[in-house]
Amino acid sequence: MFQRIIILLAGLAGFALPAVAQQAAEPVLIRSAVLRVDNPGLPPISRLELPTEDLGFAGARLAIEDNDTTGRFMGQDFEAVEVVATPETAAAELDKLIGEGIQFVVVLADDPVTLALADQAGDRALILNALARGDNLRGADCRFNTVHVAPSHAMIADGLAQFLVWKQWQNWFLIKGSHPQDEDLAQAFQRAAIKFGARIVEERVFEDTGGARRTDSGHVQVQKQMPVFTQRAPEHDVVIAADEADIFAAYLPYQTWDPRPVAGSSGLVPRSWHPAMEAWGATQFQNRFEKLAGRQMREADYQAWLALRIIGEAATRQQSADPAVLKDFILSPDFDVAGFKGQKLTVRDWDHQLRQPILLTTGLLMASVSPQEQFLHQTSALDTLGIDRPETECSF
Amino acid sequence: MKHALVLTLCLAASPALANRVFVTNEKGNDVTVIDSETMEVIGSYPAGNRPRGITISPDGKELYVCASDDDLVRVFNPETMEETHTLPSGPDPELFVLHPSGNPLYIANEDDNLVTVVDTQTHKVLAEIPVGVEPEGMGVSPDGKYVINTSETTNMAHFIDTESFEIVANVLVDSRPRFAQYNDAGTKLYVTSEIGGTVSVIDPATQQITTKIGFDIPGVLPEAIQPVGARVTADGKTVFVALGPANRVAVIDGETDEVIDYLLVGQRVWQLGFSPDQKYLFTTNGNSNDVSVIDVAAREVIKSIPVGQQPWGVVVAPN
Repeated sequence: MFQRIIILLAGLAGFALPAVAQQAAEPVLIRSAVLRVDNPGLPPISRLELPTEDLGFAGARLAIEDNDTTGRFMGQDFEAVEVVATPETAAAELDKLIGEGIQFVVVLADDPVTLALADQAGDRALILNALARGDNLRGADCRFNTVHVAPSHAMIADGLAQFLVWKQWQNWFLIKGSHPQDEDLAQAFQRAAIKFGARIVEERVFEDTGGARRTDSGHVQVQKQMPVFTQRAPEHDVVIAADEADIFAAYLPYQTWDPRPVAGSSGLVPRSWHPAMEAWGATQFQNRFEKLAGRQMREADYQAWLALRIIGEAATRQQSADPAVLKDFILSPDFDVAGFKGQKLTVRDWDHQLRQPILLTTGLLMASVSPQEQFLHQTSALDTLGIDRPETECSF
Repeated sequence: MKHALVLTLCLAASPALANRVFVTNEKGNDVTVIDSETMEVIGSYPAGNRPRGITISPDGKELYVCASDDDLVRVFNPETMEETHTLPSGPDPELFVLHPSGNPLYIANEDDNLVTVVDTQTHKVLAEIPVGVEPEGMGVSPDGKYVINTSETTNMAHFIDTESFEIVANVLVDSRPRFAQYNDAGTKLYVTSEIGGTVSVIDPATQQITTKIGFDIPGVLPEAIQPVGARVTADGKTVFVALGPANRVAVIDGETDEVIDYLLVGQRVWQLGFSPDQKYLFTTNGNSNDVSVIDVAAREVIKSIPVGQQPWGVVVAPN
């Protein structure tokens, strides 16, 4: 007889938990919300990157499952309310969430909306930015109530720059889009070039003039236009694309006039997560996500997962559900969280950016991870990525 | 008569008894077998998909391998390396530990937040015990009364009563606990934390952390120090801890809990296994695809042996 004894966790409450506080019968609820602000706009260049209904939320659901599993041993129960908004409705939705007593809000929005929501929240809630990469949000426009879980433009640019300099591909041909977020990323690449001793031989703007994008036989046009567009650049080792708006970068590889690799917004892409990442125990994490969501994990999912894990980790370590206690701990030097990146992730006290390794990815694989070990730092190798303490423009 | 003769010849040729060393190769999907006397590879044998945890019965007759991507435990005849049968393991088995008597087997199911208990004789699942997120490390107390499971994302060591199959205590440790190892006297439990970079020394009687051992290696970034596998000598006086990408094995005084030395081994050292006489300690080095051999008394690395792709676990036959 195939006999199975399933021991229910409910039975655990009665047992002694020496290292962990004795539970009350009723678990305490730790509430949070995930507010995703969708911009109306064109679909992405590649249909492989079409947004999904559950983008970001799927990562949040996994985090709540993870937090709840631990919470069962701690007498804690976690919840994340999922809200989809537009830029126009986002502020009202945020007010509604705060009105319900929620003091942790994971925000998946662009730079201006994230900043506006942080101001709207004020000291009523902690905002966990899980999408916006703008350097101004960590600099002149930084807000004390915001923790940046998503890496900044400066961090991803530095992560790529370290690798390219290690390769001795120091001459960069920078092509940037004509949207404000493209300019922000381009500036991050310019800064990274100076910081790590690379040289931008030319900067060229790819104007977004509309256009057919993914039409029938669009590739014929791309094959003719991209070589011409990239013609007559000074001698360079690599083409760097700054295209946050997703207008042209994906068209660049193999279509440049000179036979040069492409990096940045396509080709070798610096990012926080990639579904092929298998290092540091990530395989089982990818498996768990795919089982839950029925698709592969994207950056928005990873960042939302990590944001909610930060709350869960704080609740476990502090053995508290008090939002004020958790906030103080998350912003303290004692806090760290594991995120399948091979080392502990911590929050910078000067701009509340989460320190994290940056993955350098090709289409199918993770090619490298920065920081590259050759770049040293007096306090943390992770602080070779992004805006360091002495250069920050943030003052809380 | 013939047997006796062979035995005599063997003894004359080698005062040290040769044992077979078994190494799982996570990416190679096989087990490399090494002769512990000649330190040469005898051969490599298929072991299912993504073999990781490996252990052997106390009588040396059954070799158990966690075939993680097959969702089962494969059992081999250690002499012939032929698969004799499989055991149900629950999904994604990663590490396991045998009861000191040789039965049952306690298996960590990494993807399902469970510890599965399997009878090695009847091949039946005796229990499934819900634990924290990503269970990995499995240790057993020398008296067999408690099994310890570490959960990597929950960051706890769970004490499981082996009679009732219930969790009786949870100890919060540093980030990503990977491995749990008692000393033979049962007076200390060592739990390694990969991301925390520490080893928690737990008093099993009180289930309290008495010491946290940290590591500091000149010229090695603190982030690269990631404690994983651990083994304690039979006298409890020396503890060896594999430090992952630091490419070192730490040597710790089992009485004072102080780090005595760091031994340079291959790259990304994961798990450790003693020879039965504890003269040698074998380390699996996942990134350099080799096994380092440590002379335990001299505390020196004496050899490295190339094995398969991404060596993960190691066990040495008791006879």
